[in-house]
Amino acid sequence: MPTKKVKNRILFLIVAASIFLLFIFFVLKTLNKNLLYFSTPTDVIKNDSLMIGKKMRLGGMVKKDSILVNKKEIKFIITDYNNEIIVSFKGSVPNLFSEEKGVIAEGELKDKKFFIASRILAKHDENYMPPELKEVIKNNVK
Amino acid sequence: MLSNIGNSLVVLSLATSILIIYFASHSLSNKNSLITKKVFHLSLYQSTFTIMAFFILITGFIISDFSLITVFQNSHTTKPFFYKIAGTWGNHEGSLLLWINVLVIFSYLFLILNKASSLKYRMYTLITQNILIIGFILFLLFNSNPFSVIEPLPKEGLGLNPILQDPALAIHPPLLYVGFVGSSIYFSAAIGSLLSNFRGESFAESIKPWVLVSWIFQTLGIIVGSIWAYYELGWGGFWFWDPVENASLMPWFVMTALMHSAMVLQKRNTLYPWVIILCLSTFTLSVTGTFLVRSGVLNSVHTFANDPSRGIYILIFLSLMIFASLTIFFVNHKKEIYNFNANSKESFILINNWFMAFFLATVLIGTTYPIFTEVLNESKISVGPPFYNIIIIPMIVPFLLLMALAPSVKWIKNNFKISKSLILISIMAIFFNIFITLYLGSYSFLTNLIITSSLFLIIHSLIDLIKIYRKKINFNYSRIVSHFGFGLLVLFIGLNHTFSIEEDFNLKQGDVRKFENYSLTFETLKLEKKNNYKAVIGKFNILDLKKGTYQTLLPEIRVYSQPETLTYESSIRSRLAYDLYLTMSNINRSEFYNIKFQKKPFMIWIWISSFLIAFGGTLRFFKNEN
Repeated sequence: MPTKKVKNRILFLIVAASIFLLFIFFVLKTLNKNLLYFSTPTDVIKNDSLMIGKKMRLGGMVKKDSILVNKKEIKFIITDYNNEIIVSFKGSVPNLFSEEKGVIAEGELKDKKFFIASRILAKHDENYMPPELKEVIKNNVK
Repeated sequence: MLSNIGNSLVVLSLATSILIIYFASHSLSNKNSLITKKVFHLSLYQSTFTIMAFFILITGFIISDFSLITVFQNSHTTKPFFYKIAGTWGNHEGSLLLWINVLVIFSYLFLILNKASSLKYRMYTLITQNILIIGFILFLLFNSNPFSVIEPLPKEGLGLNPILQDPALAIHPPLLYVGFVGSSIYFSAAIGSLLSNFRGESFAESIKPWVLVSWIFQTLGIIVGSIWAYYELGWGGFWFWDPVENASLMPWFVMTALMHSAMVLQKRNTLYPWVIILCLSTFTLSVTGTFLVRSGVLNSVHTFANDPSRGIYILIFLSLMIFASLTIFFVNHKKEIYNFNANSKESFILINNWFMAFFLATVLIGTTYPIFTEVLNESKISVGPPFYNIIIIPMIVPFLLLMALAPSVKWIKNNFKISKSLILISIMAIFFNIFITLYLGSYSFLTNLIITSSLFLIIHSLIDLIKIYRKKINFNYSRIVSHFGFGLLVLFIGLNHTFSIEEDFNLKQGDVRKFENYSLTFETLKLEKKNNYKAVIGKFNILDLKKGTYQTLLPEIRVYSQPETLTYESSIRSRLAYDLYLTMSNINRSEFYNIKFQKKPFMIWIWISSFLIAFGGTLRFFKNEN
């Protein structure tokens, strides 16, 4: 027969464990909702399961002579020297954003050729290139 | 030339480390309770050598000795003098030398300042610290040597990334390094304590000032980094939940927990194993953070160039460190009987630790999750800021309330009554919250809760202060200052977040744009030539339509020559009530300039309250000294 003390302790452990599990469940659920998948233009073109309209990050190089600015927006092309996607962005670009430099755009795909960015990220390193891209570029550019 | 001197000095430090370990183990086996003078002398030499090595590197930067690769890659003759010096630690190799400097200096200071502690404890601590030093010196020598030479001698350096040429970022790394590398000393002390059986109150006493120092510097480092991000990166925020920031925040959580539970150990002589765990995990997390940031494992938006080979070394070192320290911990673990009353200060401090552990776990999961998914299903992901906000922000509410209540709880056993003053404080907090909503505008239910609870903490702290002042007892104000600062910080972040205005326009020179209560005029553009950059300065007039006052802001676009980079310098007008923030960017010399306008209420108060938090720690430190 367990004494009262032991009973209390068991009860405490059960409660503590369930609260802990609940927390973990909650944390993981929130985590899954807030994941941003990183893709290169080639990933987007190849991958059919990519959700159009889901928030994601698109990384690559800004194509030379592709930046267009008008009264409303900035348009440019992100390329991995294999495939290209047009990006449209309303807002100001960060430091170190320029042609033929690495860039990460956060936003959603309108379709497989067109991306609407809500934020542009650039690294604080003038020679930055997204790591995923380095390999792709090594293969595509001699 | 400098390369040879520098290398010799580093090798000398390495040699003294080995000698220190040898003589320290010798003193351990000796029966008499005297430490050989040799250990003191060697430690002093060691500090001298490493400091000299660091100054040699600084000299290399000042005289622009491009025979050193590090100098060549990160400096330039036309760079301003101040940034030549700051460039020393603005890169991986130089910052590693700074890291070793902190390790060595803390090792020496701990040795000479802990005369009261037992000899065995001091020697074991010294040995552990020197093992760490050896590990990092080897890393420096074989992987990231700042004194490596380049052949043939280049005529000119590549220059320092212009966004690093900034006073805040010049002092940010040293502050942060004293913070999280300083935590190495209580990592070593924890090992020393386990091995020498030097436990309990006296152990807590001996590590307390070190925990405090590293905590103060870590706090300051984080603040300065955020300030830099705020005005330099041009997006107007100051915290991004980026892996780099998280790496500095994680050790901070543990330090804060440790600072509190060390008090329990000191006053009540309990929780020893927990304090040891915290001591060990602070430095472990610091090294983990460094590993994540420097190796390029994580896809962070603002790290600097990285190199996987560094990662492997740090990872091996880290694994050895964790494995060895845990082994020592479990071998020397003694069962402790806990005798806690649920309603006592020690339990409340434990609750603080739970919160810290919770925050830490959240940030750790969010930061490292991408690594796991990449290994498991090869998808590159990053965890967005909403994750942290959703998980952490609701927990802030009970945290703030407990922060107000817990400090007045008594040790051992407390009689908790809901007093009149508590009810009064709650009413005042709710009243002030309503007042703010009426004056500034309404906000969400959760924000209401957060603002009210932060007001509760603020008012509670103020009343505590008045009570203590009336009693005229010699009391330590540090806790009140820090808790009060934290309350203010949450309050102002909440208000700032809720009432910020952000607008983006593409404007031509001469355009006028109206929005909210403002009218923005793009007046003129001016070209200016400076020593190492050219600047395009825009002149903007912002007219407040309600008050009829106007202000001029002058954001810049700078073109740095070495290395050739374009940066956008924001123009910020700081007021007590709000900041006006304007950045201007231009792409391809188009006639349209992209203008980002932001109004950020109470921005300056966010900085003031975070400095208050750090200031509270400083008060305690000097109080301890007396």
